Amino acid sequence: MPPADDGPKSTFSRRSFLHGAASTAAALPLATASAASDVSVAPDKARERSSDETLTVRLRINQQVHTLSVDARTTLLDALRDHAGLTGTKKGCGHGQCGACTVHLDGARILSCLTFAVIADGRELTTIEGLAPASGELHPMQQAFIDQDALQCGYCTPGQIMSAVACVREGHATNAAEIREYMSGNLCRCAAYPNIVAAVEQARDRMQKG
Amino acid sequence: MGLEAFAYRRPTSPGVAAQLVRASSPGPNHAPTMVSNSAAAQFVAGGTNMTDYMTLNVLKPTVLVDINRLPQTYARIEESDNGLRLGALVRMGEAEDHPVIRARYPLIRDTLVLAASRQIRNMATLGGNVLQRTRCEYYREPSWPCNKRAPGSGCAALNGVNRQHAVLGTSENCIATYAGDFAQALIALDASVQTLGGPAGGRRIAFANLHRKPGATPDVETNLAPGELITFIEVPSGPWTLRSRYIKVRDRQSYQFALVAAAVALHLEGETIREARIALGGVATVPWRAREAEELLKGKVLDEAIASKAAAAAFSGAEARGQNAFKIPIGKQAVVRALLEAQAMQV
Repeated sequence: MPPADDGPKSTFSRRSFLHGAASTAAALPLATASAASDVSVAPDKARERSSDETLTVRLRINQQVHTLSVDARTTLLDALRDHAGLTGTKKGCGHGQCGACTVHLDGARILSCLTFAVIADGRELTTIEGLAPASGELHPMQQAFIDQDALQCGYCTPGQIMSAVACVREGHATNAAEIREYMSGNLCRCAAYPNIVAAVEQARDRMQKG
Repeated sequence: MGLEAFAYRRPTSPGVAAQLVRASSPGPNHAPTMVSNSAAAQFVAGGTNMTDYMTLNVLKPTVLVDINRLPQTYARIEESDNGLRLGALVRMGEAEDHPVIRARYPLIRDTLVLAASRQIRNMATLGGNVLQRTRCEYYREPSWPCNKRAPGSGCAALNGVNRQHAVLGTSENCIATYAGDFAQALIALDASVQTLGGPAGGRRIAFANLHRKPGATPDVETNLAPGELITFIEVPSGPWTLRSRYIKVRDRQSYQFALVAAAVALHLEGETIREARIALGGVATVPWRAREAEELLKGKVLDEAIASKAAAAAFSGAEARGQNAFKIPIGKQAVVRALLEAQAMQV
């Protein structure tokens, strides 16, 4: 949807500014990447490494390889948002209590705020940006969240959707009670819960058909 | 960033992993025989507990040893006629969906399914889960005194906000609750852990001897030595395995730690109890076996009256500190309910 017509300034959006800043920041430390590249090559040597050093992490995110230079303290969530420029994954509590940061790691839903990026090195990630097929239509779960009005402010929605897709794939969406139990790790402060359950049921039926 | 700097290591052999942690403990003259909660070097696997406590500045390891790349043999579930052998790196989520655990170990399955959220269970390993730190609010917030986090600083919970705190196994130095669920299944089922890198290499520790009550040293939470790594959890099967039940009482229905919990496994012969196993969660400082209650039930016909007597025995040594007094009556009810529901199971 085009932005409201408020003059030429509107071509400079907050989102594109943040994306630009993230990729600039990510580009700078690449020069030091080779120094740390043996983290995954010779792990048994496991040399003493203080975390002011930069570590190189290779992540396959939404089927695209990203080589990121990070501090050991960088969470996967911050690596996605600030280094890879993928801001669809949201930061809620930062302590594993809200589920806003849910992504798929090697196919399993996990919390990116409680995972250090270095621990995910070499592994496969899917974020909300990678859910829809390339053809342009939405994933059945995304469409179901729209159809069922399963959000109000929308902040928890990327996490809800990633969690819900995994919930169906795990086979834990057979009825409303099971959906509620297996979606309990995703909080919604707008309390759209009944609509979220309805969305998961709708998408489950479509996902199982196709 | 709020986190303090640490060195990140990623060994691929368990021996190296153990050595890396042991090497960062104080020198040979001061080598502690048991690992402290706040040791300088820590293992990390799922990271659900470690990352959280590092972010809160409660745990400040200078060396973090990532054990996720150890051989796959530590990430397998094996079943034999004698029981289960669970690799320490098996994720909770994988274990709860495992067909053998679903069909034959209901107590294990329930303690897993009722813990945390599925995202957390997909990350957390079985070995790490049994070693999870307390949720005591004073432990979690470094500005408060806490003998577990900062030995000798005092315990703010004794006369503080202690609704969540333990009534069994406490000391004047610490009343923090052991928060886990899975451990209650393990202690009830007489599980043991296999370790590596201990004082004399590998050893087997009965699960009931793994954790230590706080006593005078609340920061020493287990009998593991620095660098000692849990590699397997072994659960013997028996005539009580199938007839087993976990009741977890919480402030909200899901994604919440236990206020009180009761794990029960029964071996019945007709109406008569040959053997009862009872463990209590949410009410004790360590995984807790209620052996007096078990003794009382042996050879009896199970009904509500005898179940209530057993529940009273289970809490006979309980000591409330104000706000947590409600846990005692609710805990007794959980024991009664778990016993009667286990009895009613069709196995």
